[in-house]
Amino acid sequence: MTHNPERNAQRPLRVLAAMSGGVDSAVAAARAADAGHDVTGVHLALSANPQSFRTGARGCCTIEDSRDARRAADVIGIPFYVWDLAERFREDVVEDFVAEYEAGRTPNPCLRCNEKIKFAALLDKALALGFDAVCTGHYATVVTGPGGARELHRASDMAKDQSYVLGVLDERQLAHAMFPLGDTLTTKDEIRAEAERRGLAVAKKPDSHDICFIADGDTQGFLAKRLGRAEGDIVDESGTKVGSHDGAYGFTIGQRKGLRIGRPAADGKPRYVLDISPVDNTVTVGPAAALDVVALTAVKPRWCGTAPTGPAGYTAQLRAHGGETPVTAELTTDGTLTVSFEEPVRGVAPGQAIVLYDGTRVVGSATIATTQRRKAALAG
Amino acid sequence: MAPPTRRIVPTMVYLDHAATTPMLPEAIEAMTAQFALAGNASSLHAAGRRARRTVEEARETLAEALGARPSEVVFTSGGTEADNLAVKGLYWARRDADPARTRVLASPVEHHAVLDAVDWLAGHEGATVEYLPVDPYGRVSPETLREAIERDPDDVALATVMWANNEIGTILPVPELAEVAAEFGVPLHSDAVQAFGQTELDFGASGLAAMTVSGHKIGGPYGIGALVLGREYSPVPVLHGGGQERHVRSGTLDTPAIAAFAVAGRLAAERRERFARDIGALRDELIGAVREAVPDAVLGGDPVHRLPANAHFSFPGCEGDSLLLLLDAQGIECSTGSACTAGVAQPSHVLLATGSDPDLARGTLRFSLGHTSTRADVEAVAKAIGPAVDRARNAGLS
Repeated sequence: MTHNPERNAQRPLRVLAAMSGGVDSAVAAARAADAGHDVTGVHLALSANPQSFRTGARGCCTIEDSRDARRAADVIGIPFYVWDLAERFREDVVEDFVAEYEAGRTPNPCLRCNEKIKFAALLDKALALGFDAVCTGHYATVVTGPGGARELHRASDMAKDQSYVLGVLDERQLAHAMFPLGDTLTTKDEIRAEAERRGLAVAKKPDSHDICFIADGDTQGFLAKRLGRAEGDIVDESGTKVGSHDGAYGFTIGQRKGLRIGRPAADGKPRYVLDISPVDNTVTVGPAAALDVVALTAVKPRWCGTAPTGPAGYTAQLRAHGGETPVTAELTTDGTLTVSFEEPVRGVAPGQAIVLYDGTRVVGSATIATTQRRKAALAG
Repeated sequence: MAPPTRRIVPTMVYLDHAATTPMLPEAIEAMTAQFALAGNASSLHAAGRRARRTVEEARETLAEALGARPSEVVFTSGGTEADNLAVKGLYWARRDADPARTRVLASPVEHHAVLDAVDWLAGHEGATVEYLPVDPYGRVSPETLREAIERDPDDVALATVMWANNEIGTILPVPELAEVAAEFGVPLHSDAVQAFGQTELDFGASGLAAMTVSGHKIGGPYGIGALVLGREYSPVPVLHGGGQERHVRSGTLDTPAIAAFAVAGRLAAERRERFARDIGALRDELIGAVREAVPDAVLGGDPVHRLPANAHFSFPGCEGDSLLLLLDAQGIECSTGSACTAGVAQPSHVLLATGSDPDLARGTLRFSLGHTSTRADVEAVAKAIGPAVDRARNAGLS
């Protein structure tokens, strides 16, 4: 467990490459093999839904992604296996996703998957089988810090950086993580060109954006199927009913579209979801200015290294594709993280992760529990 | 394109001959010789006559190797097609002759080529499928078959019981079963793909209605097989067309593959006893070595009525896939069961049918030896299996 995959770059490592069937993870596996490591590819069967993943009662055939991953592994010249982690995925990611929405929060399932599946269930099995590291196609960088500790940094190319969804990894997990794409200042087109050069058929495969277990991209439909219809009121800030909905779980803080409010606001300005209350099944809407958040509290912090002491200045990222914003953060004695923003930010929802950075270095992450709106806006 | 960056593995230990075995040099020679020649065996001109002669000589050779008459050999594209032709074709023919005949009796340890064909008949053709109980070794007893037929002898369309199981290597008492079936006039089909070359096959003496064999399991080419079919049976074809092969299996005959299949078939029969003795002894050494390294390993299949080249084990607390990965990393190539089940790990239907614990059934390995196997192969397994099992146990069942 103490082995550091990059401390001795000369020694070939036994690397398990998680291969999704996409271009990034295929190139990552190929680069790891090029670097002289002994690489084995593994595709994770994560969905028990035969329509989206496995067909037939025997689980003999998987759909395109699994085939693409296998094909890439064959071209790279590495062994390839399919591991069935569908049950763990269902418990730790899908059920968590549904429960979070049901509680009026907005979860990030990719983050949860990295924390609980790729760098937990998969990593643990890999280590037990004698592998040294798990390799993925994430754009992030792992470096060995001054004290010898492993540090997670943003990718060299900020536009592609995915350190946000890896912010949940602790030092032990990072010690066994390998991200061969993280230190390249290459565009996605160049990654595709590299795949093409390597003879990987996935070179032209479109990027995946959607939540992998919601194949048709219809998150609302998925949630409605799981949680059922629960009609309730849409109210404005004064509590006046302005519309109705089929289930409060179908909304996200900051959402503007799909509110189906017939009556326009008094000021004629667009209205946004300000609050979701699962207890009374009510969705509150209001003007954009009322979304401004000045501070928040976050729970279940995880640190990539030692936890910070006392209030300190960081930059924070609040969404997978969001920008950075300066904050002051402090870990309170009960383990809650309190964060105040220098400038108000919008569209911050409980359930989302906040990842703190010190320059390019990931300090840690936590799950947003409560937000504090700007007083003036709330009064206003 | 960059060359494959394969890590260096000193020697490959190939112990998956039941999946496919390397072609025999004699078969390669026979096949490549045919590639240079043109001719459709159905044509009347000289080229056609030449091809036909090659095909018919191959038919005679195979018939002799299998104790059949030449006219009983129907060439197919392989074992799967032969199984489908036998199961579906005989079902349709028997039901057409008497609509009451819709019951299909099958062993539950059949290859999927039979199992899924039978399931399809149940789902689409009104068949009632009855799986014959097997003992813990996967054998169907003649009494079991008799009981099943006697329940209503008039509604049975056919019975199908494999000659030897591809996963656990058990040899089933097919001639005895055929005797029971014959008593009631029920046609019995047997998938003998794994048995060919390893145990004596005498179609004429067996009393079977139909028997499946395949080329690539005996050192012949892929894509060729045969249904040995008693002359009194006319299954409804699965493939319709030019009327080749007794109008039972249409399609231009693959002369090169048929020529090579016949050579491999002749050699399989000629070398069978020596193979059983030598490879059987090597296999026994392998079983001994695995048991010594892993005392709680459970040998699958019948210890006596067993293919000489098969060694099947369950390793408690292990995931078969983990073992496969660990051995593959050391250049040892084997299988968890049949190749078709090897996508996402599922407990084998064969082991479940024999009453194996589902968790135990997840930790299986099949070593199958063949004509290229050596003592060095056995020694490699003996050295690697203990540490691999320790490690796989550590990784546990996910």
